[in-house]
Amino acid sequence: MSARLPAAAALASGLLFGAGLVVSDMVNPARVLAFLDVAGAWDASLALVMGAALLPSSLAYAWRRRRERPLGDAQFHLPDDRRGVDRRLLAGALLFGVGWGLVGLCPGPAITALLTLQWPALLFVAAMLTGMAAHRALHAPRA
Amino acid sequence: MSGLDLLWGWPVAGGLLIGAAAALYLIVAGRVMGVSGLLARAAGLDAESRDGRTRAVRLPAALFLVGLLGGAWLASSVFRAPVIELTASWPLLLAGGLLVGYGTRLGAGCTSGHGVCGMARLSKRSLVATAVFMGSAALTVFVMRHVVGGPA
Repeated sequence: MSARLPAAAALASGLLFGAGLVVSDMVNPARVLAFLDVAGAWDASLALVMGAALLPSSLAYAWRRRRERPLGDAQFHLPDDRRGVDRRLLAGALLFGVGWGLVGLCPGPAITALLTLQWPALLFVAAMLTGMAAHRALHAPRA
Repeated sequence: MSGLDLLWGWPVAGGLLIGAAAALYLIVAGRVMGVSGLLARAAGLDAESRDGRTRAVRLPAALFLVGLLGGAWLASSVFRAPVIELTASWPLLLAGGLLVGYGTRLGAGCTSGHGVCGMARLSKRSLVATAVFMGSAALTVFVMRHVVGGPA
């Protein structure tokens, strides 16, 4: 099976995702923080974006249940659903949420914000990559 | 804060595009479209890219990021030029970035992977993760804005 189809899908998927972030205005940290600020002037946008995103996504994952393999690969590469909730998942989600709440950027909009070529976006993404590198250094899989 | 008024049509249209992106990646590549995972993979910071399959694994992830930037740029030119109000001070940007990077790796996903894909898969882990990061983010904003009162 050629690796070209998944690569093309990755590019096309990125294009759709980036366009979606701009169209929905989720690239603006101020709007994301206004959603997270439930005690302030609440902005429901993020809930609408998430709800709308779940429509095509849910349909695709329902389709997947009836399929042996995707169109461009010999098998699906999805997380193991038998794995339960563990401490790592909880601690990771907790820490991610704190960082998200401090700035208003999660990974997708953070990368998109690089288009501004402004130092705050560059600093945030550099710190994010450093955090990822720290995770790999601390939790290196035993080969 | 000004300029935040947005008709419901824009968030819905943008959300449908994001969901279509996740659907396409599943249908063709058979994978979860999670930005934190794809970023780590493209940067060679995940476990898989250590296994000698480096190039085959990293290339699609890098192409996704190229597409992400290209799609955002195109939409900015065609539909609406976004205002990016990034007002956090540099210590907060630094701390926030470190926490988002470390946390999304430890928790195996972010808003796209756990939120858009995991919840669509009805994955229990993703449902729990999404509830936890939404909760801790909202709590953080509450503390920063209404308890400390500093610029968040």
